[in-house]
Amino acid sequence: MTLLAVSLDAITNINFWISVGVIAGTYAVVALGLQLNTGFTGIVNFGQAAFMAIGAYTMAILVLKAGFSFWLSLPCAVLVTMLFGVVIGLPSLRLRADYFAIVTIALAEVVRLFAQNARGLTGGNEGLFCATDDPSNCYTNAWRDLSDHINNFVSNFWGDPDSLFPLLLVIWATVGISIFLLRRLQRTPWGRVLRAIREDEDAALALGKHTLVYKLQSLAISACLGAIAGFFLALNLATVHPLDFEPLVTFFAYSVLILGGLGSYRGVAVGAALFWFVLEGTRFIDLPDPPFTETRIAALRLAITGLLLIGLMAFRPQGLFGKREEMVLGE
Amino acid sequence: MCTNPGLADMFPGMEAGQAAETVSSVSGERLKEGLRRPWVIAVLVIVAIFLALVVSHGLHAVAQTGLNGLSLGAIYALGAVGLTLVYGILKLVNFAQGDFLTFGAYMAYLVNVTWGLPLVIAIFWAMIATALLGLLLERVLWAPMRAKHAGFLQLILMSIGLAFLLRAVVQWFWSTDIRILDVDTSSTVNFLGLHIGRTQLVVVIIGVIVIAAIGVMLRFTPLGKRMRALSDDLELAETAGIDTRRIISYTWIFAGALAGLAGVLAAATTNLYPELGFELLLPIFAAVILGGIGDAFGALAAGLVIGVMTEWSTLVIDARWKTAVGFLVLIIVLIFRPQGIFGKAKAV
Repeated sequence: MTLLAVSLDAITNINFWISVGVIAGTYAVVALGLQLNTGFTGIVNFGQAAFMAIGAYTMAILVLKAGFSFWLSLPCAVLVTMLFGVVIGLPSLRLRADYFAIVTIALAEVVRLFAQNARGLTGGNEGLFCATDDPSNCYTNAWRDLSDHINNFVSNFWGDPDSLFPLLLVIWATVGISIFLLRRLQRTPWGRVLRAIREDEDAALALGKHTLVYKLQSLAISACLGAIAGFFLALNLATVHPLDFEPLVTFFAYSVLILGGLGSYRGVAVGAALFWFVLEGTRFIDLPDPPFTETRIAALRLAITGLLLIGLMAFRPQGLFGKREEMVLGE
Repeated sequence: MCTNPGLADMFPGMEAGQAAETVSSVSGERLKEGLRRPWVIAVLVIVAIFLALVVSHGLHAVAQTGLNGLSLGAIYALGAVGLTLVYGILKLVNFAQGDFLTFGAYMAYLVNVTWGLPLVIAIFWAMIATALLGLLLERVLWAPMRAKHAGFLQLILMSIGLAFLLRAVVQWFWSTDIRILDVDTSSTVNFLGLHIGRTQLVVVIIGVIVIAAIGVMLRFTPLGKRMRALSDDLELAETAGIDTRRIISYTWIFAGALAGLAGVLAAATTNLYPELGFELLLPIFAAVILGGIGDAFGALAAGLVIGVMTEWSTLVIDARWKTAVGFLVLIIVLIFRPQGIFGKAKAV
């Protein structure tokens, strides 16, 4: 009996890798926001899942319940999420970093509980999905039209592209554009103030910088990226469900961030791709069912993530592309 | 009331500055002074809520839910006291604390169900195993990280990694199936007209006894005083000749054993699943922060308060929302009084 047979089917299955790329790209968008917050402003935001949830839910509710068009709902949902970021940031950003981390994770759980229990608005534990009896009113329709256009175009070069392929393109284009813009921002005087806040907030204050305003802006941009990632998640899964916004999502995004390296936007993209390549890669190793049941393989993936975090923190806190001095924040 | 007993016990001279701050020279000022103390306000608020609920829902309902709240609160308090000491002493926000509870619960399951031994033995084994886990992790993880002068973010992310790892181990051996301990969950005891499950009563009794014992231990024994002294100011305690390395090890043993116990009590009143502890983590954090970080007495009291408040909330709002109570307490306290209700204002 071969213990570790690698099934070639899975490796060569392009559709499988497209779906992995979609997840990786979504997490890259999430982690870019965390990079701006944690890596460049020194605020440890553990509530990123809440921004994703609010973005996705607002979009779905506006389309399904308020009759908005999909394209109009997107900027509205982004604005709502950014506003939420500012509202929660106003009282909580005055706190010390460790308190801020705890309060944001608590806020994220309150948001998730709300999504779970305010059934009239959010569909509760069934989530928000498109009704089968009324397919005309659905947030995925407008996207599907565009998606078909893209695939029609792509089919000129590549026979029969996967239905997720357009989403993959859009997500990674978003990642690329975001990295470009964030890197530009970082080189402006505004970006330098953020770094000053991270290094020494009191010094930045003494220089006459209103640090709270800068931190709020940092959080709002991160909220915007979170909302966009929430849209991608909703389009990928064709449903918006409370369980997709557990604290685990934020922690996974932190794993991506740390793997890529604190203080490097491009590192985040590489970190996301690598992290999900490794995690999903466990699927194409054929492990014999006893002892490797479904839940044990899930446990294995959790263990890999845990060991990755512990190992990186112990031996390479700067991740793959970060600078070591960027990690010393909090000392 | 002295808010900072740990060091004060050991260095009475240290208290001078504080004493000047708390002793009011004019006796008529006393009431005003008292009202300025947040824990007095907290007690008044709790009494007010209690009276309002008694008037609107009757004493029986309030007492019944309060009793349920005590069993929940005992779990929070036992989970929180170790977390707060570790937080205070090592500046480590231990996100793996919840999974310590899970670990303890499954250790009890191993003894109680798999091996069929009585629950008492299972409880002791769970406490010992979790204490050893805490000690082991201190030796292989936290002490080396301290030697490297790891930053707060490094430690917090490491503890999250550890939480994942512990949960993965539990999930590997016991899968995600929901399991129950071999306890009598159906029979109830009637007591002053209140119905309480036998198991729940046992949980309340164990909880209250252990909490009282911890209080005595922290207040009067040299070890307890040293732990609190470290939690107040590690360097000062070291200067005073305390063997901090040893006390830190004892603190982990203490925190682990109590987390293990809290895990078994949680599993006995509900059931076991790998996320059990993580779901208790945020209310436990709430207790730590409400009590003031590093303040063991504060954590015990705040744990009980949050447990009772959570159950009382079911009288007013749908029980589906009750988990939000702990989170809201956490958020409100952090925003308005981040040093906790017993703490004094420091940099937050």
